[in-house]
Amino acid sequence: MIRLQSGPIVLDELVAAVRGDGDGAIATFVGTVRDHNQGRRVLHLEYEAYGGMAEREMERIAAEAKARHGVSRVAVVHRTGRVDIGEASVAIAVAAPHRAEALEATRFVIDTLKRTVPIWKRECFEGGSVWVGEAP
Amino acid sequence: MTLRVLYFASLRDTTRVAEESVAMPPGSTVADLWGSLASRHAALAAFPVRPLVACDRAYASWETSLDGVSEVAFLPPVSGG
Repeated sequence: MIRLQSGPIVLDELVAAVRGDGDGAIATFVGTVRDHNQGRRVLHLEYEAYGGMAEREMERIAAEAKARHGVSRVAVVHRTGRVDIGEASVAIAVAAPHRAEALEATRFVIDTLKRTVPIWKRECFEGGSVWVGEAP
Repeated sequence: MTLRVLYFASLRDTTRVAEESVAMPPGSTVADLWGSLASRHAALAAFPVRPLVACDRAYASWETSLDGVSEVAFLPPVSGG
């Protein structure tokens, strides 16, 4: 399960998608929208994705996680459009025979996603909004 | 050749268009295309960072040849997660 979606993320769906009888561990990561950033109160975020390429890049990361860490299955779901405070903007589930690989691969997937997947967030605050990540 | 050029996020705000069709001579590279676009959109030339580029939905470099490519996307620094 690798996808972009505009509605709320249900973590159980990712967990069910990766679950396997040969696995002893499922690690999950949920990124949520916080109400402040760099000292400014945030009202909500707006996510934009390059549809088609974003999923392809997430597939590539999932395949690399399997090859590097020997995990069994990887699920990644990322929101698009408006995401309110406290809601999940991204969720990851990784199943593996043992916990160490599952935890390491989960970290690898979120860290790589943040660096390479063509998705952008716009921070909306009182009186304006700004694209995040412009600083070189 | 005619390319479909896409702009995202702050780059789209800069060009004020999400996509456009651009004709380039055979043998052109991404860097050539950027040069042509910067003359079309003055604000692009002043964009603070060199954007990432994707050709047909895979990351490419500024030296990548556009022969056989149909879609080029310019991507500001990503900020998903």
